Order: sequence, then C-alpha cells, then structure tokens
Amino acid sequence: MRIYAIAVFLFLYVPIGIIVLFSFNAGRHASELRGLSVQWYGKALSNPFVGDAFVTSLIVAFSVAILSSLMGTAAALALQRLKGTMRVLFDGLIYISVMIPGIVIGIATLVALVTVFDFLNPLLASIWPEGTKPPKLHMGYVSVIAAHTLFTMSLVIILVRARIAGMDRSLIEASMDLYATPWRTFYQVTLPQIYPAILAGFLLSFTFSFDDFIISFFVAGANTTLPIYIFSSIRRGITPEVNAIGTMVLAVSLILLMTAQFFLRARTNR
Amino acid sequence: MELVDQSNSPRDIDIEFRGVTKRFEDVVAVDDISLSVERGAFFSFLGPSGCGKTTSLRLIAGFDQPTQGEVFIGGSSVVGIPSHKRPVNMVFQHYALFPHMDVAENIGYGLRQRNPKPAKQEVSKRVDETLELVRLGGYGKRRVWELSGGQQQRVALARALINHPTCLLLDEPLAALDRKLRREMQIELQTLQREVGITFILVTHDQEEALSMSDRICIMRDGHIVQSGSPRELYDEPINRYVADFVGKSNFFGGEVVETNDSCVTVKFDSGQVLTGKQPKQAPGLANGSKASIAVRPEMISIKSADETDTNSSIAIKGRVMNRIFLGEHSEYLVATEGYGDVMVLSPKSIEHSSRIFTPDDRVSISWRPDAALVLGDT
Repeated sequence: MRIYAIAVFLFLYVPIGIIVLFSFNAGRHASELRGLSVQWYGKALSNPFVGDAFVTSLIVAFSVAILSSLMGTAAALALQRLKGTMRVLFDGLIYISVMIPGIVIGIATLVALVTVFDFLNPLLASIWPEGTKPPKLHMGYVSVIAAHTLFTMSLVIILVRARIAGMDRSLIEASMDLYATPWRTFYQVTLPQIYPAILAGFLLSFTFSFDDFIISFFVAGANTTLPIYIFSSIRRGITPEVNAIGTMVLAVSLILLMTAQFFLRARTNR
Repeated sequence: MELVDQSNSPRDIDIEFRGVTKRFEDVVAVDDISLSVERGAFFSFLGPSGCGKTTSLRLIAGFDQPTQGEVFIGGSSVVGIPSHKRPVNMVFQHYALFPHMDVAENIGYGLRQRNPKPAKQEVSKRVDETLELVRLGGYGKRRVWELSGGQQQRVALARALINHPTCLLLDEPLAALDRKLRREMQIELQTLQREVGITFILVTHDQEEALSMSDRICIMRDGHIVQSGSPRELYDEPINRYVADFVGKSNFFGGEVVETNDSCVTVKFDSGQVLTGKQPKQAPGLANGSKASIAVRPEMISIKSADETDTNSSIAIKGRVMNRIFLGEHSEYLVATEGYGDVMVLSPKSIEHSSRIFTPDDRVSISWRPDAALVLGDT
C-alpha cells in the first residue's frame, strides 16, 4: 500500500515539480535543462500580453471574491433561519452547485447569456432614443464575474454556515438582552465571530477565479485571463516562459490557500 | 428604561403573567399560566427539563413572544417589545460571555449600547465598581477564557447587574459549577440579591438550590404550574405526590381512600392494612375510592429496636434493616417492612447513641407521629 501511495504522489507532484524546475532553465528549450536562471521570469513579466492578462485576471478575481463573500455571507445568515423542507432544499442546491463540473457551468452560462442577450439587444435598440447609439450587451467582465460568483458564492455559504453552526447562539441573545439593536448585535458580536470564515471564503473565491480556465474560456468574450493566455500560448509550444507564468500562478494560489486555511483554523477553539 | 412607566403601576408587582401560552409548532411549552412576582423577591421556577420553566424565562426576556396572553414588566404589557428594549437582564446557563472581548469590555457592553452613550470614564468607573461588587477587582483586563467557571459566572452576573435592571433573570446559573462552588455561589447570590434589592427570577431543576435561595417557588410540570408557595409551604404542605416527590425526599405508600373525616383521611393498601393521615390545606378533596398516597418524610420517622415498645405512637411497623448509609450529621436507613414495602428513615446523629445504631438484618420497629403523615392525590 505504501508503494502505491508513493506512486500516486509522485505521479501528482513530479510534473508540477518539473514545471517549477524548468521555469528556472537557462536554456531556451523546455526539454533540456542548461543551468539555472531567472531570465524567463523577467521575460514573462515584461511581456505586455502577460501583463494585460494578469491585470484582467486580477480584476475578475477581486470582483468575484468581494461579491461572493458579501452575498455568500448574507445568504448563509438568512439560510440559518430557514427550517424544514425549505432548508433541506436550499442546502441541497448549494452542495449541488459546488459539485457541478466547470464545463457544465461554462456551457450553461454561455447558452443562457447568449439567449438573454439576443432577446434584450433588439429590445434595447427599439426603446433607445433616436440618434444615440443603443448599448449592446455582450460577453465580457460582467459575464465572467457573474459565472464565477455563482460557483464561489456556494463555497462561501458552506464555510460561513459551518462557522455559524459552531457559534453559541446565546451570544446573540446575550447581546440583544444587553440592549444592542439587531444591527449592532450583528457587527459587535456575530461579525467578529464569523469573520475568519468570511475571510477564508474571500481568499478561496479569489484563488478559484484566478485559476479558472474552463468557465472563463466560455464566457470571457474578448477578455483574456491568465489561464486563457497560457492555454493559447502553449499551442505554439511549451516555452520556459509559460513554465515561469505557471509557477507564479501556483505560488500565488498556494499562498492564498494557506492563508485561508490559517483563518479557518484560527480561534476555532475559542 | 424609558418603555416602562412605573408611575401608574402597582408598586409591589414586578413581573406578571396573565393567561400566557407559548406554542412551538405543535408542542405547548407553556400552557395558560398566570402568576405574579413581587418587587424585590427571589422567585424560582422549579421543575424537570421540558416543563416550560426556561420558556417562561425567555418570555420575560423577550427572546420568545407568547402565543396567547400577556407578560407584564413593572405593570406595563411587554407583548411585542423586543428584548433589547426590555429593562431586564439575563444570566445565561453557559454564561454566554463574548469571547472576543476582555472582562471589562464584556461588563461594560450593556452601558455602551445606551443612547446617548455614556462617557468612557463613566463606563470604566461603573465597570470597576461592579467588578468590586462581585469580588473580581483588578480582573478587568483578563480574557474571559482564562477565568475559572466560578469567575466566569461572576462576570456574567456583573455584566447583567451593571445595567441596574428592574429584574435579573437567571437560567440554571449554577448548573455548570462543581458542588462545593455551587454552595458558595448560592450564598453569594442571596447576599447579592439583598445588597442590590432587585427582583431575581431563577430557573432550576435542582430542588435544593430553589429551596435554599428563594422566597417563593413555582413548581412546574408539562407547561402548567403545579403549586407555588414559599419553600416551607411546598415542603410541609405539598398539594400532591408530584410536589412532595420533587421537593425533598418522601416515603410513599400508595392505596385507595376508604374514609374521609374532616382533614383526616384513611387509606387502605393492597395488603389490607390501613394508615391515616391529614390532607394539606390547599389540596383538592379526595373522594372515597380514589387513588391516594400516604407520604411521610424520612426525617419524621423514628427507628427503634423491635422489642422496644413505643407508647407514644399509634403506628408501629415491624421491619428489618436492609442498609445503613452514614452521612455525617445523620444516618440513612433502608428498612424492609411487612406490607408497606421499603421505607427510608433519616436518623440524626444527636439521638444515635450506641444502642440506637442498627446494622443490616437487625429487627426494628418504625413509627411516626400521626400528623407527620400526609394524604396526597397522585396528580
């Protein structure tokens, strides 16, 4: 059994290790290692296409993280008050939305949005005042942010729900008993108790959105995110530059995931 | 607080329930209860879990609203008024101290919610005074989880008392403490109540706690009040077997009523033997043929050697000692009797000289004064 376990881990991590190693390759071919250097990192960072894709990815990931942590927290607080069948139904829907494959979300969102746009665009054009150019709805930032948020919001809901469930309900009652209005109770007692989960949800949402290729590929329209850029550039062969970009994405993701884990663990015993 | 107008209310009644019912979906937690608590009283709700005592407390605090009826605080109806606008404060069973605040911040929490908010120095002055009151001077900067159970309990008390509530609600406040600390806190709570002079309403399932601290006790079962009265009344004049069983210990001899004569009732047992006893004043009358129990407190029974003849007492039941437990100030005997089952007897140490200490298998005779036996209905 131990041999199998080692084999599995090797199979998983050796390719990743090789990418990291080859990103420091001094030579120009991806297949042979000729001394170590950071020149490809310099190349990657000075490439304007990489820069643009990076900025796009950051904008999308930030918006997704903010939206999903706000809406997810609100939803988690509301769901806590539901009872009976409605609660079972919503719980089920939330878990299902996490399990739906990215490609299904991608295609479904694409089809839904295209249908809505085709319906709304002529309508907007007809009611728009004469002489001005009517707006034309199309795929872009908004569509990719919306699609990512759908998925990541469920993650935030699950994390925050777990935190609320572990929280002593009498703390809220104690606060109300001590003359605090519901709003003051929320930000003086509830929020300090659940913020580690919200923060962890924020970071996980950011990481998910930053790394996502499949959903973005369908609904990003003309915008190129970093994963989409990597995908399109490897069609011209794997270069050490792509390895360097991949390594940077990996490093950012790992740091965020570890921070999220830190927040989830911190103070759970208090 | 501003919502309670005390000028046109009867001064002596602090909390009142008028026909209060609380239903949770199809469960009736509190069923048509009416009661009143005098200002400055130490009042207890006593009963097993699920009897509706905690729900009653939550109705006063405002965490739940009655399905029917009205709750009055200081003479005004508080129906529909949320808990943050009620002039009462609660001490929670597991204290519910805010873990992200230190001791002083916890205690000052209620003051900081006031509108207008008092000045910082005013808050910290009041916090220090209240810390002194609960004998935790100098603990203001501690984290709450660093404190022992007893200290957390006192912080919870201070956090409620600093607001000068008209009434303090205590939900099983001592349940989480060990036995010795519980005794100390019982005395402290009583002293504190006399010092601050406000109404205390306690919820407990521990009869000893209720008996030792309260002025009045309300015994509950299945959402109803079974009996309310002073601890002494409940102990000496329980209206039925449930109350006698819940308050203190009793021996019960179950049978059928065969004769009623003033307050003197004769009960016949399956064995054919009869015993008489008196009925408590407030108890409902018992018809001939109805089920009833003769109840005798273990400390009212005297135990003698079987060959000693007792001239003072009309009752003398022969039996055999099954067990003796030495409890320090008294001994507890279990006596197997002929026709009356096992009887528990408490014998004080003061009368226990060498001739009166019995060991298992000794033949004994037990007896009690006729007025020590109570006749109680089963419900």
